[in-house]
Amino acid sequence: MKKRHMICFSVLIMLLIFLMGLNISLGSVKIPVSEIFDIITGKSNNISFVNIVKEIRFPRIMASIILGGALSVSGFLLQTFFANPIAGPFVLGISSGAKLTVALAMIFFLQRGMILNSASMIAVSFIGSMISMGFILLISGRVKKSSMLVVSGIMIGYICSSVTDFIVTFADDSNIVSLHNWSMGSFSGIDNKDVKVMSIVILTAVVFTFVISKQIGAYQLGEVYAQNLGVNIKLFRLMLIILSSILSASVTAFAGPVSFVGIAVPHLIKNFFGTSKPAIVIPASFFGGASFCLLCDLIARMIFAPTELSISSVTAVLGAPVVIFIMLKNSKSKQR
Amino acid sequence: MKDSILYTDRLSVGYDKKILIEDINIKISAGKIFTLIGANGAGKSTILKSISKQLELISGTVYINTKNINLIKNREFSKSVSIMMTERINPELMTCRDIIEYGRYPYTGQFGTLSEYDKNKVDEAIRLVNAEEIAEKNFNFISDGQKQRVMLAKAICQEPDILILDEPTSFLDIYHKLELFDILKKLVYQKNIAVIMSLHEIDFAQKISDYIICINGDKIDRIGTPEEIFSGEYISRLYNIPSGIYNEYYGTPELKAVTGNPEVFVISGQGRGINTYRRLQRLNIPFSAGIIHENDIEYPVAKALASELVSEKAFEPIGEDAFKKALDMIDSCKKVICCLESFGTMNNYNRNLFEYSKEKRYLNIL
Repeated sequence: MKKRHMICFSVLIMLLIFLMGLNISLGSVKIPVSEIFDIITGKSNNISFVNIVKEIRFPRIMASIILGGALSVSGFLLQTFFANPIAGPFVLGISSGAKLTVALAMIFFLQRGMILNSASMIAVSFIGSMISMGFILLISGRVKKSSMLVVSGIMIGYICSSVTDFIVTFADDSNIVSLHNWSMGSFSGIDNKDVKVMSIVILTAVVFTFVISKQIGAYQLGEVYAQNLGVNIKLFRLMLIILSSILSASVTAFAGPVSFVGIAVPHLIKNFFGTSKPAIVIPASFFGGASFCLLCDLIARMIFAPTELSISSVTAVLGAPVVIFIMLKNSKSKQR
Repeated sequence: MKDSILYTDRLSVGYDKKILIEDINIKISAGKIFTLIGANGAGKSTILKSISKQLELISGTVYINTKNINLIKNREFSKSVSIMMTERINPELMTCRDIIEYGRYPYTGQFGTLSEYDKNKVDEAIRLVNAEEIAEKNFNFISDGQKQRVMLAKAICQEPDILILDEPTSFLDIYHKLELFDILKKLVYQKNIAVIMSLHEIDFAQKISDYIICINGDKIDRIGTPEEIFSGEYISRLYNIPSGIYNEYYGTPELKAVTGNPEVFVISGQGRGINTYRRLQRLNIPFSAGIIHENDIEYPVAKALASELVSEKAFEPIGEDAFKKALDMIDSCKKVICCLESFGTMNNYNRNLFEYSKEKRYLNIL
């Protein structure tokens, strides 16, 4: 690993630890930094502090980290797959597809007095992701222009969202509150059991992604050259689709659709590290996405406290300028 | 067949099960350059894509080192065949060295870490294509010619037995074309690699290739050395251009001659008239020319462009017949351009033509 990459990784990890500290400490109840160490080492006597940290803030922080990381890695995979710098799970309508099927499943089971466990939520969400992905693949096979791909993704996203809104409107009152919160995107209400499930699913997928980083790198040279280097293109494309869908589906299952993280973070990371080598970008995007979501969640919780913003409204404000910047940069490099 | 590194057996290629070219039987040997030529859309790329496993074969078989390519594993195949296609790549934040290192892909482990040996191979490839100066530059910020060299270096450090190039000179200017061919020649001699490529520039095809493979219609029309292919009228037939326009000695065509009754007579020889002929062609003025020996350097140009041409047999002094013919033409044109400044014993009659025109005040300056 080059020296620059070492330094960048150290900066990222320090940033992550710093933001974790902030997220534990700040909130409606402020917890002093000295107390945090005591709570972690189990020496604290303040039971309400211990409960706040262990039952509320810790799962929420872990969710931000894991889901943020998953979104970024998923975005990176989709950008590689479509050779399009502004592809991402939200822009391509994959998150919205997942949102639709999860909303349907939630209402269906709630009406029968059942609550879905987190593993089945992921499964349902995965099905929705794959349906949206199927449409996107169909379209991308016909139109080669990358801007058209994004436009059709956004259209698919709108269709799914309006159907979801329609369903929510006609749902029972009791369902609406939880459904509404979730469909706007939020890291609240995630407990330690959810964290365990999402960690297993997402970390497995991320590790697997890292293992195929060599193939991903070859694929960045385009299909023709990747194949000539020995990549089994059909199998590889299938793996990319499944991995990116699992990652974004898990996020949607727990936190609803979260916008722009998938585009903004990989881009920032690539420029920060000065490379697009997958073996570097995949882990770095994971940590970067984690920090990005920790920061956004902190802002969402704190800025109008006690009212919470939806996570997407914060990620959009921070992420959308990055997207505009990418498009400007691309149009400039094409004029060269 | 044992001595050919790649050969095909009744191969048919095309897209979507539709046959474009059938019954292809070619044998490629190591250390030689094979060039596919033929009209646009003839199927040069289709053949290259088929033998490099990018396109499914419609029927027949391709053998590499006597093994059927459909039975060769991807990784093994990539060690014996590397490609440089017309597809442009658009990598982000990658140096040229990064790109070239991907050539070692079939040789590295799961995480693609390069060994000392791999790094040496990369350096060697960089040296071979003269890319030392651009190696650490961002690939997106170099010129087309440099990009082409980088892609070639990538293909080289894949250490293939066969290098497949689809129109490698398309975006290059003359300097970079010559440079690329120079590298290819080096490669073939130093590494004993077989090169199979397609070219549009038949003049270069004639000069660089050991063998030419000509595609016409739905079949391989001819395979032969440049000497065999580029003689006589064959090239004109292959590309469907009117006879006499393509010059087999220069390897280039002249533009179409202006038709009609000659308005000017050009007295010339010794190559002096070439520019005048081309200029008259551009000005759309039909002309006649003479008296030129058949072994004169400008004879092919005059033959291609002049409406009427008076010529004399090689190594013979100009004779009475030719002189009279030329005189008639001068009288009917009444305008003469003389490109010659001095005359010798072999073309003494040209001096007479010049003096006759001067006397009659026919002489013109273009």
